[in-house]
Amino acid sequence: MSKFLTASIGRKFIMSISGLFLVMFLAVHLSVNLLLIFDDSGELFNIAAHFMVTNPLIRIVEPLLGLGFLVHIIWSFFLEYQNWKARPVKYNQKNPAVASTWTSRNMLVLGALVLVFLIIHIINFYWVIRFTGGVQEITINGEHMEDTYSLVAGLFKTSVIYDIIYVLGGILLGFHLSHGFWSAFHTLGLSNKQWMSRLQIIGKIYAVIIAVGFSIIPLYFLIKF
Amino acid sequence: MADKILKKLNIKVWRQNNAQDKGRFETYTIENISTGSSFLEMLDILNNNLIEEGKDPIAFDHDCREGICGTCSLFINGRAHGPDTEVTTCQLHMRKFKDGETITIEPWRAAAFPVIKDLVVDRTAFEKILQAGGYISVNTGGVPDANAIPISHEDAEESMDAASCIGCGACVAACKNSSAMLFVSAKVAHLAKLPQGKVEAKSRARKMVAKMDELGFGGCTNTGACEVECPKSISITNIARLNREYLTARFSE
Ligand code: HEM
Ligand code: SF4
Ligand code: FES
Repeated sequence: MSKFLTASIGRKFIMSISGLFLVMFLAVHLSVNLLLIFDDSGELFNIAAHFMVTNPLIRIVEPLLGLGFLVHIIWSFFLEYQNWKARPVKYNQKNPAVASTWTSRNMLVLGALVLVFLIIHIINFYWVIRFTGGVQEITINGEHMEDTYSLVAGLFKTSVIYDIIYVLGGILLGFHLSHGFWSAFHTLGLSNKQWMSRLQIIGKIYAVIIAVGFSIIPLYFLIKF
Repeated sequence: MADKILKKLNIKVWRQNNAQDKGRFETYTIENISTGSSFLEMLDILNNNLIEEGKDPIAFDHDCREGICGTCSLFINGRAHGPDTEVTTCQLHMRKFKDGETITIEPWRAAAFPVIKDLVVDRTAFEKILQAGGYISVNTGGVPDANAIPISHEDAEESMDAASCIGCGACVAACKNSSAMLFVSAKVAHLAKLPQGKVEAKSRARKMVAKMDELGFGGCTNTGACEVECPKSISITNIARLNREYLTARFSE
């Protein structure tokens, strides 16, 4: 088994499984977050957020998600280091743009920038809600819960800098996924002559939905309030 | 119509005396090259000049000069086999270049393809990958009747497409990871599509990939550069097939 984890295709297998797991997470995350802009009273989002933190299934999935991120990130550096080593003497002149996309060649750069965003994002919300207790209590339909809506809306209404950071975060994720999505299926061998181009198109659509979906939220608060 | 003449070209080329030498770039000028001549003919003329000047001619690999042997491994102006698609270096023509241009020529760069001299690299690594599993060891008997083993038209076509790989190494040279996945996948797909090769398909994928890793080639990140630079347009869908064969082999062990 350890041989499999360090073999080139084994490493890629880990990247694609963890990547696809994160892809599924993002879809759920975006669906919940879009409630932020569909109900200005914040009730819908608060109820959904409360449901997410109290739901036993989510409690189990949360550590798994952390693990998924860790594995994806650690393996990405490991894999890129191995690939970098495979060419000890670099070319003096390169013209790679004719044969491949910038995105596909710079997944580590995009991933690392997403990681920076991720850290900022965790400090902004997750950390405050879970550990520092800087979030107000609110009662909706007789149930006590955290007022997550005010925390998020507050940040987006008051800080243009953070609005920009979150828009950039969404766009970076979109680029990462415009290559990552179909690449993950290709790595798993779930692709062939017909399906390769289909997966590339589905991946592009998914990437655009993620990029637009996440960036629209801070923009909504910035423009409306 | 007569071919145009390129009055002057600057040729910036990698010179390295032997495998241990550090190597450096040298720039030579060459005059009056017909656009109708091939890239290798241009190098022949340059070498003649160098010999006449008492200098060491530039070593480069070549054999068939018609796009079938795969030895002419030159990285020209930042691209494997230069600025044309679906050709080897020997099929590249000087009409692809402009008068007065500086042409940069480098050897394939990969840990698994060490430079022997100037532009010549050692591609024994491909041989070793083939020896690890790129063959059929089941006894296939004598020559069978033409229609004794039915093979669908589609399978025959796909197998033939994969079999057109000439082992030139452009896929490795063009890949940002120096990965040999397109080459290996072509060999695996070529044999796995036929009944005689199917028997060993899984162990073949496992052995060839293990050898590829051991020899220091990088892993595939699906950039697709190999397919674009491959002179035989081997499709990266073969890589998906190789991944599939390899993963099912590992999980059914
Ligand atoms: C929510 C966040 C993320 C998602 C949804 C995601 C998703 C994916 C997917 C689906 C792939 C394709 C896997 C494959 O080609 O087999 C991938 C590849 C990759 N990811 Fe991520 N990723 C995320 C965050 C990150 C982070 C934080 C990093 C690292 C610092 C990173 C680094 C990489 C690298 C280097 C690859 C390239 C591997 C390759 O091209 O083969 N990713 N990602
Ligand atoms: S797959 Fe194409 S580029 Fe790679 S060795 Fe074969 S013919 Fe050359
Ligand atoms: S010399 Fe044989 S392919 Fe170019």
